Amino acid sequence: MPQTTTQSKYTTVSIPITLHDRIEKMIIKKSGFKSVSDYVTYVLREVVAMHETKDVPEPFTSTDVEEIKARLKALGYL
Amino acid sequence: MALSPHGGRLVQVRAIEGSNEKIKELSENSRIRVSEETRVQMLNISNGVLSPVTGFMGKADYENVIENMRLADDTPWTIPVLLHVPDDFVAGTSDEITLVDDNTRPLGILEFEELFSISKKEYAKKVFGTEEEAHPGVAKAYASSDRVVSGKLKSVARLDAGGFENYTLSPKETRVLFVEKGWKDVIAFQTRNAPHIGHEYVQKTGLAFADGIFINPVLGKKKAGDFTDEVILETYQALVKNYYPKNSVVLSVLHYEMQYAGPKEAIMHAIMRKNFGCSHIAIGRDHAGVGNYYGPYAAHEIFKEFPDLGIQAVFFREFFYCNKCAGIANEKICPHLESDRLSFSGTKLRKMFQSGETPPKEFMRPEVSQVILKSKTPFVE
Repeated sequence: MPQTTTQSKYTTVSIPITLHDRIEKMIIKKSGFKSVSDYVTYVLREVVAMHETKDVPEPFTSTDVEEIKARLKALGYL
Repeated sequence: MALSPHGGRLVQVRAIEGSNEKIKELSENSRIRVSEETRVQMLNISNGVLSPVTGFMGKADYENVIENMRLADDTPWTIPVLLHVPDDFVAGTSDEITLVDDNTRPLGILEFEELFSISKKEYAKKVFGTEEEAHPGVAKAYASSDRVVSGKLKSVARLDAGGFENYTLSPKETRVLFVEKGWKDVIAFQTRNAPHIGHEYVQKTGLAFADGIFINPVLGKKKAGDFTDEVILETYQALVKNYYPKNSVVLSVLHYEMQYAGPKEAIMHAIMRKNFGCSHIAIGRDHAGVGNYYGPYAAHEIFKEFPDLGIQAVFFREFFYCNKCAGIANEKICPHLESDRLSFSGTKLRKMFQSGETPPKEFMRPEVSQVILKSKTPFVE
């Protein structure tokens, strides 16, 4: 169960202190992130989105496709 | 396979069956009379343009959107989708609410979830960055009630496209179309204007790296002085016919009411085009802005907040025609003086057209100018 703040908007996850320090050093040198948490959130969102969008099936059947193609042809798009 | 829709699912709301019994049944539900803007939102929810949103937002989504620019499940989203109701609205005992137009014709059925109040001032501040009523989006927010109803759209009536049916494609259709054309990288171009040379330059710069461009003009209620819907579509048809390679452009309209929310609206524009199957979107100077409410490149900066948006923004600076360069340039690539430059000012263009003048060809293609000059009412009054 994640440990949450009073407002339940944030939770705590553990990362190695050495990694934390590396990130901290990096973001002090390069502006853009206000904190290690901001950096980790950014990177995780990027990575998670990449995994979530893999192999998402199209929301239509082959019959749908034929009907759509017929309309697109009739309208001059195909 | 086209790119994943926003939130991983292209929402499709089923159509209301049109039997008399069903219509009678609908009339027994509580009713909400909805505005034209809401009708258009229903159209966009039902065909997946606003995926993954399935209806009008509840409190958890609303609060997270205005505070954190994300839905309650962390999906990027910057402008709430709300259904305002009169202060004296009572939900009734049914779990369903029938949404009707001004003629009480049923437009859709909402599965009622919540009735709650919002602070319009907070909404204005968080969405538009200002509480000034001079901002058109803020004025509209203040004119709405502060009570909203949330719920999933269960079904919708056939929602017409205001005479533009033949140019209105759904995300399902554009996704099939792009695959059929063999396009993988598709750059979207959002517009609410007739195209001048600067627009064409942006589009063709995008087209230089993409397989195709999706020109998606916004039709619907606009500000006085904006080009009319008919003129926007006809001018684009003239441009595409005369100046674009065959099979490089899909021109289709989007029914949508501009919010003029600048950077936050730029994100929504990107999300909608992602749902159409686009991999990229062109974002220009002061995208979706109005007056001086937003910094000229605020709509570029905001994309840094969204590593998980799933559509790549391509940023463009302001273009102008430089007499010394003898071509289109921008401040990054042109060393010449302001006096050598001809800026693509909408105000200047409007004045020229109002006095029956044809703009120079460095400013607008003659075929495009002709469409505007031939129109009796090129501008919204």
